Amino acid sequence: MTPWLDTLMVLVVFTSLKLLGSSRLGSCIRTAAFQGVLLGFLPIVAHPGSLAPRLLFMSAAAIGLKGIVFPWLLFRALRGARVRREVEPFVGYTSSLLIGVLALIASLWAARHLRVPGRPISPLLVPVALSTMLVGLFLIISRKKALSQVLGYLVFENGIYAFGVGVAYEAPLLVELGVLLDVFVAVFVMGIAIFHIRREFDSIDTTRLETLRY
Amino acid sequence: MATVTFAAFLHLVFAATLAPLLPSLISRVKAFFAGRTGPSLLQPYRDLARLLRKGAVFSPTTTSLFRLAPAAGLASMLVALTVVPAGGSPALVSFPGDFLVLVGLLALARFILILAALDTGSSFEGMGASREAAFGALSEPALLLGLAAAVRVSGEPSLSGMMAAASAGAWATAVPALLLVLGSLLAVFLTENARIPVDDPNTHLELTMIHEVMVLDHSGPDLALIEFGAALRLWVFGALIVGLATPLRTGLPLADAGIFLAGMLALVGFVGVLESAIARLRLVRVPQFLVGSIAFSVLALVLVLR
Repeated sequence: MTPWLDTLMVLVVFTSLKLLGSSRLGSCIRTAAFQGVLLGFLPIVAHPGSLAPRLLFMSAAAIGLKGIVFPWLLFRALRGARVRREVEPFVGYTSSLLIGVLALIASLWAARHLRVPGRPISPLLVPVALSTMLVGLFLIISRKKALSQVLGYLVFENGIYAFGVGVAYEAPLLVELGVLLDVFVAVFVMGIAIFHIRREFDSIDTTRLETLRY
Repeated sequence: MATVTFAAFLHLVFAATLAPLLPSLISRVKAFFAGRTGPSLLQPYRDLARLLRKGAVFSPTTTSLFRLAPAAGLASMLVALTVVPAGGSPALVSFPGDFLVLVGLLALARFILILAALDTGSSFEGMGASREAAFGALSEPALLLGLAAAVRVSGEPSLSGMMAAASAGAWATAVPALLLVLGSLLAVFLTENARIPVDDPNTHLELTMIHEVMVLDHSGPDLALIEFGAALRLWVFGALIVGLATPLRTGLPLADAGIFLAGMLALVGFVGVLESAIARLRLVRVPQFLVGSIAFSVLALVLVLR
């Protein structure tokens, strides 16, 4: 059980690092979707003994939403926006990678000092979830394109999901599904917003939005 | 004890005679993928013999440092070879913390070459030296942290002990960490040996070369020493990777040596396929590649330290 869980956690960290280091929006969407699918398998891997219908349903919902619906929505937005790459982010890709490594170390330190109720299923889970959240937040503030910021939001949500599954796995099914529904609506609305930003400004560069002030 | 040292000594002889074969095997694999016949496998030996027969030309701007550098670089590579174990038997010299000495010797060889390149006063060589120094500064932490993680996994503070332990139980308990270390070492292998995603050994354009541009002014026997040192560097890194990656030990010296040589062949074939399959990275993307390998090493260390 633990080797599988460890491998899953390492793969999640890889996807975060890949998101920090790659400039192509298409491959970023695919990587974020892959991360979502990986985390979708987390409930099953974390509780190998009990294949409860509740766990299976949660996994299927998460995988279906994050692996199929979100990429589809985002690729549609990407086609509409006619942008392929994130050019000139606020923080360069090499520095972003370094910051990702630092975020991982910081969250390891934080996880050691964090009193988590109950016993976490793997000692890696809390630090990886924290670092995924940090990477998501960092993506939101360091990228210019609206689409990358949506991806940052998705990664942030992935981190929260991992934290929830790993630590508070007794949370009611309705809460989990409610969170998934919220994320779905958010991505849906953001897709529409990207479309409108693009139609108004001929670009999805969020720095252009500053002109609204004048 | 006597047989052990004999086997280790044999590894030195093998390395010194077979090392030039590695680059020619890689180019043979690449030639196969490109549909060409490729040069003869013995071409590096012929090149070395030809260079050794030639005279050397020294620019009047160079000092004695420039003349000493090729021999000093080769000497440090030969010393590095004595620390690296191969084929199941421990290395000629083995003591706790010898992996630090190995990293230091590799850095020393690079430092000497950089000094010699700067000594020529040529702007091209200065450019190559600055690139080599920049990439070396990034590949060194990756190598050091990766080896530290391997030390932690095996619980052995010396390279020989680490390789012996990697064969036994380490692969069963720490697969993710060891895979990460191997990935990181492979990236360092490609960087340090001027292979494709970082540097192209076949390019002859001064603006794009990294390693080769540094040795433009060396000629004759000096160039032969540098080329031979580069082949030995390939062998040292190859022995590290193969030693960590093959969890198979029979206990028979001959069979273990055979497994080691087969592993080297597999590694060289893999590098050939890799070089045929991927393009070279843009120069500005190379630091990103190396930071990625540092991330691999840090992650491996984190996995085994917790």
